[in-house]
Amino acid sequence: MTIPALGDLNLYVALPAIFLALFTTFLLIIDLFIAQEHKNNTAYLALGALAVAFVWNLLTFNNNTTAFLGMFVADSFSGFLNMIVLIGAMLTILLSMDYLRRMGIEQGEYYSMVLFSTAGMMFMGSANNLIVIFIALELLSIPLYVMAAIRHQDVKSEESGIKYFILGAFASAFFVYGAALIYGATGTTNLPAIFTAVGEIVNTGSDSIFYLVAGSALIIVALGFKVAVVPFHMWTPDVYEGAPTPLTAFMSVGGKAGGFAALLRVMVVALPALTVQSGDAATVWQLTLAVIAALTMILGNVVAISQTNIKRMLAYSSIAHAGYILMAVAAAGTAGVSDAATRGMLVYLLSYTFTNLGAFAIVITLEKEDGTGTAIEDFVGLGRSRPMLAMMMAFFMFSLTGVPATAGFIGKFLVFGASIEAGLVWLAVIGVLTSVFSAYYYVRIIVNMYLRDTDKPSEIVGETQFVKYATYISFTAVLVLGLFPALALNLLGGAQITLASLF
Amino acid sequence: MGVPLWMYLTVAAALFSIGIYGVLARRNAVAVLMGIELMLNAVNLNLIAFWRYQTPFNMSGQAFAAFVLVVAAAEVAVGLAIIIAVYRNRQSVEVEDVDMLKG
Repeated sequence: MTIPALGDLNLYVALPAIFLALFTTFLLIIDLFIAQEHKNNTAYLALGALAVAFVWNLLTFNNNTTAFLGMFVADSFSGFLNMIVLIGAMLTILLSMDYLRRMGIEQGEYYSMVLFSTAGMMFMGSANNLIVIFIALELLSIPLYVMAAIRHQDVKSEESGIKYFILGAFASAFFVYGAALIYGATGTTNLPAIFTAVGEIVNTGSDSIFYLVAGSALIIVALGFKVAVVPFHMWTPDVYEGAPTPLTAFMSVGGKAGGFAALLRVMVVALPALTVQSGDAATVWQLTLAVIAALTMILGNVVAISQTNIKRMLAYSSIAHAGYILMAVAAAGTAGVSDAATRGMLVYLLSYTFTNLGAFAIVITLEKEDGTGTAIEDFVGLGRSRPMLAMMMAFFMFSLTGVPATAGFIGKFLVFGASIEAGLVWLAVIGVLTSVFSAYYYVRIIVNMYLRDTDKPSEIVGETQFVKYATYISFTAVLVLGLFPALALNLLGGAQITLASLF
Repeated sequence: MGVPLWMYLTVAAALFSIGIYGVLARRNAVAVLMGIELMLNAVNLNLIAFWRYQTPFNMSGQAFAAFVLVVAAAEVAVGLAIIIAVYRNRQSVEVEDVDMLKG
């Protein structure tokens, strides 16, 4: 084996992610020299780094190049995904700055952890090799465990941290076991090379198919834990309730984006030919994912109804949304639909990012220092006392339901369309029915805000400048995406993760 | 080679299952962590066996095993820190005592 020249590694396409990871390492040191009263400066530096990575990512957008000898790939899929996670991280930092001070947990490391996790998500979207996916998964998760427990004097936060850690590490072990089995069957960890080997194994009817099926099942289990789909969702409400609220928002959008990106790439690039017999139209994993998606949509939406805490309700809502996104991954199992499904998933993730961060921003404005103020009852009378805030919250709730003219509708429309195109009509029907059903608990918040009145509406304690900015940005984005979906769709253009773009 | 591949795989699968049992059945958080470590070591055994028997000239199996070791160490560091935080708050590391959040 010859040692490749540095120029052949195509490092430049990976630079946005590398820059973020390197800068964060320095930020940890720089933070030591920033006095406790000026920790906002750390946040500004973090925001600056994210902005630089964002612009850099736009410059390298859509150039379909592999780097590091095929271990890393930059295409329009990863470019778009990077945009989503960078936007999510920027809004998270805006939400965190005053919240952390208010709660007395302001630590400079928090921002470094957000950035590390974001870098992990970026690597996750670009990973083209099982080893890279594993490392990116850990780079994404370990900072999240730390941040969930960052308020360690508080029993709830620390409990959230340990629950997330044990289940997350458990899931990672499943992921590597699955990856090891796939490596054993195919002799490689490179996704396009796995694709070639899978084709041979299926055609010759070799016994190695057993390892492949077991390996892909274990990977689905592991990534299912990360993105919280039924039946691997049990940790979600507890962790979301106990973690600091801005972090909950970040976990629900960023962790999902990273997990689904890796899942889609493994399934579409490496295993699209994994059929029981050669020549079958649908892959082995399509039905599995479709059933999981159906269960997730049903259970997430049903259990959300009985919740009284808004953070828990949004946790179950995020489980339900994972089901809708998983629907797109299942649809990608039919040859020819994978492009439409990929686009659907990306638009869904983008609209969900803005909507959910917006909704959590409103929750943050209501949350008091002692952790109360997050009950659904606390929204009563908000329509009269704070009309603008209530209007935005109502709009976010409509977007989560998927009402037309909001961003949520566009995502659902594309995902359901891809699912029907893939022949999974029953799944699309369940999706539509559960969306209608979900209106029940989203609209309950709107009813509380407008139709019920109280003498003592909730005090708005957390509406600071930065939270306001984040809320307005999310609101504008949800509105604009809903009214002019073409904006996002044009940017997506030919976003696809076909094999051709990888070789 | 005297020992066939399937023997290694069987031992690894057994170790992995013992690890799962440890995570699910042990009450002490440190023991749960040890279960997770056992699972990761089973994976390493698998990776090295596959590397030796299937693709001895391609180093990716060995590289993967090295990365798994490193990541496992990082995970343990964070995990033990969180367990210490739990101990300070509750004077106990029994996972059953960690039950404030439910519903």
